[in-house]
Amino acid sequence: MPIESLFPRLEPLLPRVQKPIQYVGGELNSTVKDWDVAGPDGTVRWALMYPDAYEVGLPNQGVMILYEVLNERPDVLAERTYSVWPDLEALMREYDVPQFTVDGHRPVGAFDVLGVSLPTELGYTNLLTALDLAGIPILAAERGDEHPIVLAGGHAAFNPEPVADFIDAAVLGDGEQAVLEISDLVGDWKQAGRPGGRAQLLLRLARAGGVYVPRFYDVDYLPDGRIRRVAPNRSGVPFRVDKRTVSGLDDWPYPKTPLVPLAETVHERMSVEIFRGCTRGCRFCQAGMITRPVRERSITGIGEMVAAGLVASGYQEVGLLSLSSADHSEIAEIATGLADRYAGTNTSLSLPSTRVDAFNVTLANEFSRNGRRSGLTFAPEGGSERIRQVINKMVTKEDLIRTVTTAYGAGWRQVKLYFMCGLPTETDADVLEIAELAMEVIRIGRQVAGTKDIRCTVSIGGFIPKPHTPFQWAPQLDHEATDARLRLLREAINSDRSLGRAIGFRYHDGRPGIVEGLLSRGDRRVGAVIRRAWEDGGRFDGWSEYFSFDRWITAAEVALAGAGVDVDWYTTRERGEHEVLPWDHLDAGLDRRWLWADWQESLTGREVDDCRWWGCYDCGVCPSQGTQIQIGPTGRTLLPLPGLRPVLAPPAASASAPVG
Amino acid sequence: MAKRTPDSPPPEPVVARIRLRYARRGRLRFTSHRDFARAFERALRRAGVPMALSAGFSPHPRISYVGAAPTGMASEAEYVEIALTERLDAETVRAAVDASLPPGLDVVDAVVARGGSLPDRIDASVWQIRLPGLEVDAVAAAVVTLLAAESVPVQRLTKEGRRTVDARAAIVSATARVDDLPDQPCAILDVVVRHVTPAVRPDDILTALRTVADLVPPVPPLATRLAQGLLAEDGQISDPLAPDRERLPAAEGDAPDAAPLTGSAVASDR
Repeated sequence: MPIESLFPRLEPLLPRVQKPIQYVGGELNSTVKDWDVAGPDGTVRWALMYPDAYEVGLPNQGVMILYEVLNERPDVLAERTYSVWPDLEALMREYDVPQFTVDGHRPVGAFDVLGVSLPTELGYTNLLTALDLAGIPILAAERGDEHPIVLAGGHAAFNPEPVADFIDAAVLGDGEQAVLEISDLVGDWKQAGRPGGRAQLLLRLARAGGVYVPRFYDVDYLPDGRIRRVAPNRSGVPFRVDKRTVSGLDDWPYPKTPLVPLAETVHERMSVEIFRGCTRGCRFCQAGMITRPVRERSITGIGEMVAAGLVASGYQEVGLLSLSSADHSEIAEIATGLADRYAGTNTSLSLPSTRVDAFNVTLANEFSRNGRRSGLTFAPEGGSERIRQVINKMVTKEDLIRTVTTAYGAGWRQVKLYFMCGLPTETDADVLEIAELAMEVIRIGRQVAGTKDIRCTVSIGGFIPKPHTPFQWAPQLDHEATDARLRLLREAINSDRSLGRAIGFRYHDGRPGIVEGLLSRGDRRVGAVIRRAWEDGGRFDGWSEYFSFDRWITAAEVALAGAGVDVDWYTTRERGEHEVLPWDHLDAGLDRRWLWADWQESLTGREVDDCRWWGCYDCGVCPSQGTQIQIGPTGRTLLPLPGLRPVLAPPAASASAPVG
Repeated sequence: MAKRTPDSPPPEPVVARIRLRYARRGRLRFTSHRDFARAFERALRRAGVPMALSAGFSPHPRISYVGAAPTGMASEAEYVEIALTERLDAETVRAAVDASLPPGLDVVDAVVARGGSLPDRIDASVWQIRLPGLEVDAVAAAVVTLLAAESVPVQRLTKEGRRTVDARAAIVSATARVDDLPDQPCAILDVVVRHVTPAVRPDDILTALRTVADLVPPVPPLATRLAQGLLAEDGQISDPLAPDRERLPAAEGDAPDAAPLTGSAVASDR
């Protein structure tokens, strides 16, 4: 059946909404394939969704990578879809326009697979909106053969239990190879005449390994509300589902041709992922725990991606991404090599700088050789030396002072410091030390910069314990206590008028953190809360202007009534060693005993060194996943590249332009 | 500590300017001016156009935009002037930039600037407003009422708040014609509008028609700017690139940029 573009029906609605350009597609390097590019049953069709606004979702590397990986396959087509703002949602409901992709404006409900990236838990209500607008039943159990398989991925998919009712399946970890294997499975099943319908396809996916299908697992509860056990209810379905790990990043140089939107988005630059994974061992950091081991892209691989991406996109700025970019084994060579290569081309490079050491400033200097030096960002995370030991953020006060001294001395005028509030064992005193630190930073900064015209911004948010981290057992600080502590900190900063004027204070109130905490460590019973909050109008919960704490609390009271558990039970309660956690059957490779031991060691402030340089401490990932650390140095260098930029021929030459 | 200054040499001098006419078509009519400016700069880089840059820590290409049709309205006649560090023939630049922009943002004409100010050659627009679902007679009657009025103040919400403009005063001419579709009537309104401050846009004219004659389109109309230029006595609009073509010496590209490019410094987007 031919699928027609929804654009003619969408078009009359667009003059009536904010920023209509975000809904029209047409991005540079986007792909629209024939619906039946490999025949009606030979084509596997993916709709890839990022459940947030286009301006946030378009630059997402995960979606961009999978979009390209899938579209390179001749028998697969992939299109993208993003959350529509409530103004367009209302019009789509009024005029009966379903959720659409921005590439071909095809109805999402007509695809074989709806792949949803779940980067944060606060996007869950947006997922429900999209399903509903697409005409896909909210509950997976009510879907038929005609509906797409709703497949979740992304960091939040490491505990998909709160959305287990709404998704058909989840993939943990790296998606590059997984989406190709799933495409094979779906393609084979379609070509064979869809034997056994939807249920059989899901069973095939679950049995293939590496795909979690919640409906094939039963959850039993104890009388006190804790989970008694989670077990498969079908034969051949694994007890534990492993995460996916891509090895050899140089073999996966995606995105090769980055999508360049017409609309303004949160990142106006192209990004190159310089390594994946992190073993610094910060105990609060879910990303660092679930993406192990470290796999570096080589210096030459990075150079090739930067060169190709700039030509393909026309971007002027390149971000070198990873969880801690200064830790690449050849970062200095990369910085110098790229800065030399692009000298005089008006191209800037950026490194998300959060590591607190002077070397990081040297790198930043190199990256901004001919650019403006506005601000540098560091993340000490904890205010006191003691709390930094608890979270294993091995930074001393001297490190920090030395780092900012170097920064202000090198001409930087603004330093941003990131902290968390509500960390395990934290007291008011730990947080109040942030004020002293910031004041010390300004005092030293004024000295070395020789001017009063410098600033330090303190940015602080509430800590949320996350699954698959040593703090997965920790109690979350309630929002009243978080807010009170942040108030004290603000007063302390403002207590010195001269210094306080140079310190910016940015904080997030504790209430959204409680909802995020509920969704992060929730189990299947939390699904009813999400559904209720969505029915009550919950949309774009990651946006403060849309978030309603009261809506969530009311939803939780109604949906959890009689379950014997409540929001506090999920958030501020400390878990015991032997409690079955909702995500225990999902394997990020981390040895649960190691996680528990690390949690216990954190309470005594014992630190763990990075295994890249100090030896293995048996977190369990490499042996259980059959993976290994892949780092340099390679010893290779970036040579000057001729013809980095296309040059338009002068009139004498041919009129055909060498455009990328 | 002394202020840092860029280590790089001062920017290369401007040796030529090229004036481009571009169209914003179809779904890309929803591109805002800011969106276009970003896409245009990236297209220039991708095409390898030797752009002249401003000085300073964050040099930006020297681009002068002349007005811009409102977001959501199509246009066949938008103008932009770029400053180059090399002499290139206009068609080479046009073709290269056009190929680097997405389809729907189309560079349709280009000339090497011979001096004078491009904004000074533009003081009126020709708009075509398609009104699906409206009978031509109703539109024609409403237009007669509008033109008969002394003034028709209309309000529009802008970033600065609510502003009132006299829609009637800016209208040079307005006529309705029929272009019915197979399944519904469709009227077309051709309007010539004088550029005033604040600008009177097609949506202001539609508001005026609703105010004076209760004319309400059942579906959103589609407005397209067909031309911009100087309004002559006879009501015709001149081509603002024509003077650059007319004074074209025999050997293109060899002429010195003798005439100072005064007044063409419409503020660059950034």
